[in-house]
Amino acid sequence: MRYFLLIFLTVVAVVFGIAGRRGHLSRKPPILIIPDLNHQFKLRPEQPNGFFANGLSSQLPPPGTIPRSQPMPTLNGPVYPYEDSPANTGRTTGTTNFVDTNPLPVTPALLRQGREQFEIYCTPCHGALGDGNGIMKKLGVMPAVANLHDKRIVEMTDGEIFNTVTHGKNLMGAYGPTVPVKERWAIIAYVRALQLSWLGSTNNLPPNLQAALK
Amino acid sequence: MPAIFPKWTNQLPFLIAAGLVLAGGVVTAGVTYYFTPKYSRVGYQPIQPVPFSHAVHAGQLGIDCRYCHTTVEKSWFSNIPSASTCMNCHNQVLKDDARLALVRDSATNGVPIYWVQIHRLPDYAYFNHSVHVRRGISCVECHGRVDQMDEVRHAQPLTMAFCLDCHRDPAAFIRPESKVTDLGWQWSTNADVAAEMQTTNGVKFVHDWRVQSLDNCSACHR
Ligand code: HEC
Ligand code: HEC
Ligand code: HEC
Ligand code: HEC
Ligand code: HEC
Ligand code: HEC
Repeated sequence: MRYFLLIFLTVVAVVFGIAGRRGHLSRKPPILIIPDLNHQFKLRPEQPNGFFANGLSSQLPPPGTIPRSQPMPTLNGPVYPYEDSPANTGRTTGTTNFVDTNPLPVTPALLRQGREQFEIYCTPCHGALGDGNGIMKKLGVMPAVANLHDKRIVEMTDGEIFNTVTHGKNLMGAYGPTVPVKERWAIIAYVRALQLSWLGSTNNLPPNLQAALK
Repeated sequence: MPAIFPKWTNQLPFLIAAGLVLAGGVVTAGVTYYFTPKYSRVGYQPIQPVPFSHAVHAGQLGIDCRYCHTTVEKSWFSNIPSASTCMNCHNQVLKDDARLALVRDSATNGVPIYWVQIHRLPDYAYFNHSVHVRRGISCVECHGRVDQMDEVRHAQPLTMAFCLDCHRDPAAFIRPESKVTDLGWQWSTNADVAAEMQTTNGVKFVHDWRVQSLDNCSACHR
């Protein structure tokens, strides 16, 4: 009896010692006893895949193909993503001149979207106010961030800012690959709103809002 | 003549029975404790090729999750950022650091970085990020406090029971859409007030956004 208890307790202790508690750190993947249905033969994004020559499951579209797409409504009618139109390039069609103003209708909804996107993509460097005092500058790891309230940038055309955001400029990376076209224009509309808020005075506000501030 | 069975053997059946009950009980307890994703998945923390830290980037720097995981509110799938996303900053920050060698190589030569996948549902279950993120379900419900993890670990079991606990009562988890990526966000610092606001606002959101309570099998097994 004593021996039985002794052996029993040892076994329990050894199992517990090896297996540990729930949630303990484990470097090895979870064990799958019957993996058949869990891992089916299908493409999953961002997985290695032997079927393609470069071994990736997420392939780039072949050159010249057009993704199935919806047109984007702009001030000059709907625009498809493949069109050479100011809404896609920031330049007047057929020239290299930047368009002056946002080709999208600037609505409160667009500004709200722009604010959301600005806070995701631009605040780490340019700061929530766009004054260039984001966390990166505060930490001193990125000294040369542009202040979006610089006279030069305030006077810059919307098209040129679009081009900077899309392709990057000098030390700033390109946001074209991660931020879709519409959201880039929304960001620009919001940047303009930020600049206005910096330049404007309380006298520019509608009277009812002025009263609220006093 | 001595007895064939000495007196102590009278106890034997009881002892055997007691031993079996004890052993059976402990084995059952062990199986319930160990043979579940709560044990097998939670705590999985593989070694990643680049020592990327969410605690530094999402926590300290306060970068929004969507800066890197851009597709999370647009598609079923949440992407892992490409090296060019890292290079937006690391072309200046830690420019020549050895820990970032793979990232620089990937950005210039297009060599993929083999991040080890941590969360993965079985292929027979359908999951969708955008529907959750767009309905005010925060990353923290399914991934834990990623913004405090140096290395991401599997924080929730992601079993069917786990999914259903929420699907049967989304009001207990739903939060304003703008707070979805703010993992430490609470309605209030006072736990009682927070719980109360969660109930009232949760019910309101579920009603206003017409959030369904999806527990029919075809929602996830399609
Ligand atoms: C990783 C940090 C970083 C992020 C994020 C970032 N920028 Fe910049 N940005 C910079 C730096 C650095 C410069 C200065 C570039 C230079 O002149 O070398 C700059 C410059 C600019 C300029 C001025 C370009 C010029 O002509 O001088 C504009 C406009 C701008 N950024 C807009 C944006 C917008 C809009 C976003 C959000 C989509 C954004 N930036 C996100 C770092 C960043
Ligand atoms: C600077 C870019 C960046 C930001 C910001 C970021 N992540 Fe990540 N995330 C990554 C990278 C790179 C990986 C892959 C390496 C790893 O697992 O650590 C990753 C992995 C993950 C994983 C594990 C994926 C898997 O394999 O299952 C989760 C979950 C995750 N991130 C959630 C978040 C959440 C939630 C936030 C916001 C609080 C966030 N991330 C912010 C870059 C980022
Ligand atoms: C918004 C800017 C930004 C982006 C984007 C970014 N990082 Fe960083 N990263 C930083 C800063 C700032 C530090 C801290 C530098 C320091 O400690 O001096 C850092 C530190 C690091 C470190 C050092 C780890 C540590 O604990 O200090 C690694 C590794 C790293 N980053 C990898 C990455 C990877 C991989 C990506 C892309 C998924 C990425 N970073 C994207 C800004 C960024
Ligand atoms: C309702 C639960 C839930 C929520 C909310 C959620 N996730 Fe996930 N996440 C999952 C599941 C389940 C997976 C595994 C999916 C799979 O099988 O590929 C996953 C996978 C991931 C991955 C890894 C993808 C891969 O294949 O490597 C990342 C990154 C990620 N999530 C980021 C996020 C971010 C960022 C948020 C918040 C904006 C978020 N998740 C919100 C459940 C969730
Ligand atoms: C914290 C709460 C929560 C958790 C956890 C959760 N869900 Fe959901 N899920 C929701 C909400 C809310 C919706 C939106 C319902 C609606 O659209 O009305 C949803 C919707 C879905 C949908 C979309 C169904 C459709 O009709 O398109 C799927 C699929 C889904 N969830 C799968 C899962 C899976 C798989 C898991 C477990 C890994 C999971 N969910 C975990 C809250 C949650
Ligand atoms: C909210 C999404 C969701 C709904 C609704 C749902 N399931 Fe599941 N189910 C899952 C997920 C996720 C898994 C994978 C669990 C895991 O890997 O631990 C799963 C796994 C299973 C399994 C395999 C279990 C195992 O351990 O291998 C069966 C069988 C199953 N589901 C049946 C059903 C049936 C029957 C219904 C309807 C009554 C249903 N499911 C409804 C998400 C769901």
